[in-house]
Amino acid sequence: MALINLSKREIHCKIVYYGSGRCGKTTNLLYIYNAMNNKARGKMLTIETKGERTLFFDLLPLNLGKINGFDIRIQLYTVPGQTIYKATRKLVLKGVDGLVFVADYLKVRHEKNIESLQDLRRNLLEHNLTLEEIPTVLQFNKCDMVPTPIPTLTREELEIDLNRELNTKIFEAAATKGIGVFETLKEISKRTVHYVATKHLLT
Amino acid sequence: MADLVLTTSILEETRIQIENTLIKAGVNTVLLIDEAGNIVVACGHKTDNLDTISLAALAAANFGATSQIAKLIGEDDFALLFHKGEKDSIHVARIGTDLILVTIFGDNVSLGLIRLRVAQLAKSIEKTFGQK
Repeated sequence: MALINLSKREIHCKIVYYGSGRCGKTTNLLYIYNAMNNKARGKMLTIETKGERTLFFDLLPLNLGKINGFDIRIQLYTVPGQTIYKATRKLVLKGVDGLVFVADYLKVRHEKNIESLQDLRRNLLEHNLTLEEIPTVLQFNKCDMVPTPIPTLTREELEIDLNRELNTKIFEAAATKGIGVFETLKEISKRTVHYVATKHLLT
Repeated sequence: MADLVLTTSILEETRIQIENTLIKAGVNTVLLIDEAGNIVVACGHKTDNLDTISLAALAAANFGATSQIAKLIGEDDFALLFHKGEKDSIHVARIGTDLILVTIFGDNVSLGLIRLRVAQLAKSIEKTFGQK
């Protein structure tokens, strides 16, 4: 649910990073937070829990400058990836304007990637939305693991699993090192703002 | 959940309603937010020192979470939430289907007054947004 404030000339959009547990959603946000300057970023909100897992959500507000005289403000959210937190993921998806699906290159996460995408489709349907109508990009994270002895999936395998129906743009990433993080953010921001703007301002 | 397009007149009218009903009654801060955690209107003399973006996101999430608790015990929703602090307290109430009103007030204002004023305000805000 985008919010367009004609008085302040601001557009607020919500982008959610979705994916299975430990795939690197929070790492994406942390990298963006550390790399951006203070003027463009807000305070990163992480709900304190024991351990590394996200229990509720992380939030990072960004100011992406002006388009046609409108200030573009984007809020990046992550969801808890673990299967049992389905209700929380559904809650965070409320009012989503753009999606980044983060998939994990590790072979052990093969099933989890597919399950998570199915879970996303189901949760969107409960908000009367489909993946096809919401701007979405895919990020294949941990590509730096491919040359190591750790068993990984191939890009082709990931594409067949996740992008056969979706047919969207894919970004290879290594979020801990920042590879592909800003490319993903740039593309999803562009698509989301375009989606919101064409719906309201240009019609 | 439809997108929300806010015009200057809707915002001004809502701000005046909040100022007259709650801020004049001694309330520190009032945030009108949507269910996605976006701030629609922020009023009060403490908003500059407050991380309103985080507060709005957490309040919306908290409201959503308690709605799920309500469903677990067979209720549709809890219409209001109240968190009591040592000095400041927070009152959170649903307005219509898409909006949430977050009221932060000190111990000099009674909860009863807040509940009464929020109930009055809810009706007038609903009317303002219904007319857009």
